[in-house]
Amino acid sequence: MALVINEEQQMLKSSTKEFLESKSPLTLMRELRDDDYNQFKEELWIEMVEMGWTALTIPEKYNGLNFGFVGLGQVLEEMGRKLTVSPIISTVLMSTSLISLSKNEILKNKLFQEIMNGSKLCTIAHEEGRHHNPELNNSLISKNDDHFILNGKKKFVIDGSISDYLIVSAKHKDEKNIALVLVDSKSDGVNLDNKVHMDSRIYSDISFENVKIDKMNFLSTDDDGSIILDKTLDITRVGLAAEMLGNIQEAFEITMNYIKEREQFGVKIASFQALQHRSALMFGEIELCKSIVLRALQAIDSNDNDLPKFASLAKAKLGLVSKLVTNEAVQMHGGIGVTDDVDIGFFLKRTRVAHRILGDSNYHLDRLAKLNNY
Amino acid sequence: METKTKVDLTSFRMETRKWLEDNCPNSMREPLTDVKQLYWGGRNGNFSSEDQKIWFERMLEKKWIVPYWETKYGGGGLTPKHNNILNQEMARLGCRKPHINFGISMLGPALLKFASEEQKVHYLNKICKGEIRWVQGYSEPNAGSDLANLQTKAEDKGDHFLVTGSKVWTSFGDKGDWIFCLVRTDTSSKHTGVSFLLIDMASKGVITRPIKLISGKSPFTETFFDAVKVPKKNLVGTLNDGWTIAKYLLTHERQMIGGIGETDKKKPLSEITKEVLEQNNGSLLCESIRNKISELEMNEKIFELTIQRAMDEHKAGNNSGAISSFFKYYGTELGIQKEELRLEVNGFDSTEWTSEESNNGREARHFCRSKGYSIEGGTHEIQLNIIAKRVLGLPSK
Repeated sequence: MALVINEEQQMLKSSTKEFLESKSPLTLMRELRDDDYNQFKEELWIEMVEMGWTALTIPEKYNGLNFGFVGLGQVLEEMGRKLTVSPIISTVLMSTSLISLSKNEILKNKLFQEIMNGSKLCTIAHEEGRHHNPELNNSLISKNDDHFILNGKKKFVIDGSISDYLIVSAKHKDEKNIALVLVDSKSDGVNLDNKVHMDSRIYSDISFENVKIDKMNFLSTDDDGSIILDKTLDITRVGLAAEMLGNIQEAFEITMNYIKEREQFGVKIASFQALQHRSALMFGEIELCKSIVLRALQAIDSNDNDLPKFASLAKAKLGLVSKLVTNEAVQMHGGIGVTDDVDIGFFLKRTRVAHRILGDSNYHLDRLAKLNNY
Repeated sequence: METKTKVDLTSFRMETRKWLEDNCPNSMREPLTDVKQLYWGGRNGNFSSEDQKIWFERMLEKKWIVPYWETKYGGGGLTPKHNNILNQEMARLGCRKPHINFGISMLGPALLKFASEEQKVHYLNKICKGEIRWVQGYSEPNAGSDLANLQTKAEDKGDHFLVTGSKVWTSFGDKGDWIFCLVRTDTSSKHTGVSFLLIDMASKGVITRPIKLISGKSPFTETFFDAVKVPKKNLVGTLNDGWTIAKYLLTHERQMIGGIGETDKKKPLSEITKEVLEQNNGSLLCESIRNKISELEMNEKIFELTIQRAMDEHKAGNNSGAISSFFKYYGTELGIQKEELRLEVNGFDSTEWTSEESNNGREARHFCRSKGYSIEGGTHEIQLNIIAKRVLGLPSK
């Protein structure tokens, strides 16, 4: 497959860009933050749903658009440019990807319709430790008469505070395989501790105490839970890398415009070689990022066996380059770069959080070494 | 129409495959282990084996030394699609290139774009037969990064130019037959006083002297011109407009050097590491080295994808110039990092310089040689200047 986006995908990218420039400028992110860390602007969400963003990766069989992940990647990249706050990552990127892999057709049909029409928001609760670690799972699911009981504690649940459904990973006692169960967030025994992070987004620590689970609400069978979750995590890593690609391109462009305008010693500071060389390096690194993000998105659409490698390459590279670019962006702005008056700091703060989600560059470089058998 | 072309390409692939299988000697299908196994041609060209000679002569007869140039210039006249198939089929069998020459990779493209028809017919035909080994005369002692400051002068003496001056960093200058040179033909103007001249190195007054590098080897020479007579017809393009040709040619050189990091297709670094370091349940003992290798291999893979993306963008009709401007810098940077890491991986053995076991200090000498990657063909700093100015539009003072 050629490493370029096709005409349809280009059109989606352009229309998304136009839409977000008018409906979700950087000022919106600031407004929501100042409105007590509001996570959700209803009018914006309704318009996103009307444009079909919640149906982008859902198969035609379920009345979805089946537009693929290269398409969704373009939307995420543009959202990254505007730091758009919306439930797309939790509900579309994470949850529909997981639901797509499930064999529970009844639940699948119901959830897809509710997600596509925008009536329900959904997220995944899977982390338990201080760092991303898919191996760590001490949540327990046990059978009780005709239903099941869930007990456990999850951390860092994206959009937990606004989601209607939580997909929770847990284990049966003495079993290795993971079960994935759907929990209504209003159920008895579900307790949320919402925490604001530096990207002004809320991540929830959630405890589950004897939560009753209907056997119809299992998204996994006896043996496919781990496979479904692993693949969902890889897909989400690639989507996050696409969002980070948008973050760093915008931060870089804002910075280039700034140094072309700012004068010191009677000249534009962009004429200083010390800044020019660092700018040229950032340009090159961002070009490298574009290649790996596109290749990884294609790997999802083509069901590539090497998806784990591409996902780790993308997440590791974007983690490192986002650190470089946002640090330089703040530094090149000088004093105003560390004030809350300008937007450049928002990119620094968002990428630092995104870097941690589903594994930072340390985690993924280590995983790549393991995948390559050393 | 579509189908006819497809059928044609398929049958070309089949014929090519069969011809290569029948004609490429087995030893010419093995990976290169030493640069000496390349055939550079020229007046003093030496074949390193009988098979190499057979392979060159068969490819020459087939006009596949430069398969993609027009037949009137001695090429094979293959379309880009056919040429691509030939490359794929050669790669499939692991066939070595029958001939390497700066005339093919650097001078040829410049001649095709700027030379007169008479010059093209004359020089390109010789290149396609491997008759001349070409070298490049650009840099001078006081014109390195500031290349346009070159002072080697060519005075107009009616029917000829009289060339006086010196060039440095001539790759394989002592082995060259002809040299393509940038010379000063007007001292009153810097960039528009430079011309592009072809000089026979057998001319009276041309002397070369090897430059010994920190690696202990001498792939470069200095070249001196002491009142050398050069016929007027050896001028390529317009008088005083050689800088245009120079810039065009430099982009070809940079692409070539940018590939240094990835032409080393031997074992991946991680494989070497696995052999060298003790293993602990399949993981390397030293976590610090392991992470560095993982990061380098990540960047190598992503660079490969980026070269592919640039080609695909180009094919799709999009401008890929901006991405390509980064290739010389990044390709050489990865090559340098890899040599540095090899020292860390190989430990005490890596700095050994003369023994047979170390293959005459292979690791150490390659490491020393790699220090030149970020200097030759335009330093790292010059590459970054070019991106800052031409791609990002950052102002000069």
